[in-house]
Amino acid sequence: MSAPLLEVEGLTKRFRRGGREFAAVDGVSFSMAQGETLALVGPSGSGKSTVGRLLLRLTEADAGSVRFGRADLLQLRGAALRSVRTKLQMVFQDPLAAFNPRATVARLLDDPLRVNGVVARGRRSMAIAELLERVGLSSALASRGVHEISGGQRQRVAIARALATGPSLIVLDEAVAALDVLVRADILRLLRDLQRQERISYLFISHDLGAVRSIAHRIAIMDAGHIVEQGDTAAVIANPQSKTGKALVAATPELPHARENVS
Amino acid sequence: MRLVRLFRSPEAISGLVILGLLGAMALAAPWLFPRDPLSIAGPPLLRPFQDWALPLGTDRLGRDVVAGLFHGARTSLAVGLAAAAASILVGSVVGTAAGFAGGFVDEVLMRITDAFQTVPGFLLSLALVSVIGPSLGVVVVAIALSSWTGPARIARAEVLSIRERDYVASARVIGMHPVEIALREVLPNALPPVLALSSVIVAAAILTEAALSFLGLGDPNRVTWGGMISEGRAVLRSAPFLSIIPGIALVLAVLGVYLAGEGVVESSAAREGQA
Repeated sequence: MSAPLLEVEGLTKRFRRGGREFAAVDGVSFSMAQGETLALVGPSGSGKSTVGRLLLRLTEADAGSVRFGRADLLQLRGAALRSVRTKLQMVFQDPLAAFNPRATVARLLDDPLRVNGVVARGRRSMAIAELLERVGLSSALASRGVHEISGGQRQRVAIARALATGPSLIVLDEAVAALDVLVRADILRLLRDLQRQERISYLFISHDLGAVRSIAHRIAIMDAGHIVEQGDTAAVIANPQSKTGKALVAATPELPHARENVS
Repeated sequence: MRLVRLFRSPEAISGLVILGLLGAMALAAPWLFPRDPLSIAGPPLLRPFQDWALPLGTDRLGRDVVAGLFHGARTSLAVGLAAAAASILVGSVVGTAAGFAGGFVDEVLMRITDAFQTVPGFLLSLALVSVIGPSLGVVVVAIALSSWTGPARIARAEVLSIRERDYVASARVIGMHPVEIALREVLPNALPPVLALSSVIVAAAILTEAALSFLGLGDPNRVTWGGMISEGRAVLRSAPFLSIIPGIALVLAVLGVYLAGEGVVESSAAREGQA
């Protein structure tokens, strides 16, 4: 296998709460290959979302290094950081909260194209239509406001927005958690198709082992800021070693049946 | 939709009617009373309803009160609107910068805001006008100087809450420049509560302008209601109408602005509640 796309070493973030300091993320290390999906799983407050935000520099890390391609992400500033961000995108849990409430679909998709100069001005409306098509939406949706489309459509627009700059890694922060089961299955299928076509890597942050099992190659289980267990998705779900892993598997009732069907 | 609801509330309707009348007065003044309202039009101290060429009488120097009222509406509305626009513009830019930049910039800007807020606003206006000299522009600046702090504080509070939202994080992720994030993503969403303040500011600005004129610090080349009240003060016992008539105009103007502003805020709140 080629050199890893992403190498995280000793990532640490401390927060202050009520005068006491605690480590939300404590010495987390993992690596990801191109075209791979790593699921970051754990209970609420385990620090998994913070890891995603640290990678995107939405929150500043206290220690550690993140090697992404040739750059050390945590050292970048200003324009250099903005240019690396075109390769590193994110989809949020609630697209309604992640979109400017005044924006139209066209503007949401135009922003990344315009800001990064990806597509010349004259071709942008065509590029927007192409993006919509890639995520399975009609280009007629472009003129709608974000309040005028359904939740599933919104999440597809969020994925299209992340795809606009041609990223090699997308952080999916609970990206399917707010969707109903049928829409969730559609979105997961879309994500798998996109990955097959473009070799995009996903960091899939979730507490939903069902969704994780259907999309992730590998899984890392987090608890209290540490990664307590890492391995192939099927192996970890079939036979979790850590206490947190066992608890998560035990708390997901439909999993044993699903496994029987597979074998 | 919004307009329909606006016209359903009686307060909003009466406010808009009053404002409409004042606006019409202000616009019609140069056509209905083409003569300089400061020129002498008849015998001095003519009482109202005596001479139909001068329906509301004349002041101590024989100047037409109706003409003064109409031309005064121009000054009051112009100063009120310009001062409110200036203070909301300055306030929301300062507030957005403070809230968005945070840290040291926030500290400095908010301490400056504190400094302006601790000085009584009217005193500040008074000082500025008496130092620079009375003219319409200076009066507008003087009023704006004392009223931009409210919009600044509200804009900052809004921005502080908005900048933690996911859509701001999302704009950073796609590589948008911080200045563009502040202006395109944050400011437009922080503005509605700031604009809700505007009716209060317009009303206060009209009153401040009248007070400055009353003290003789208004633009001397323009008729103002405050100036007319002040003129009438010398003959308050023999010709009280000279102070009462522009006083009523002032009360109506402030009331109209308040009611209309209240109606607009209410109808937009109802719309949000329904959405």
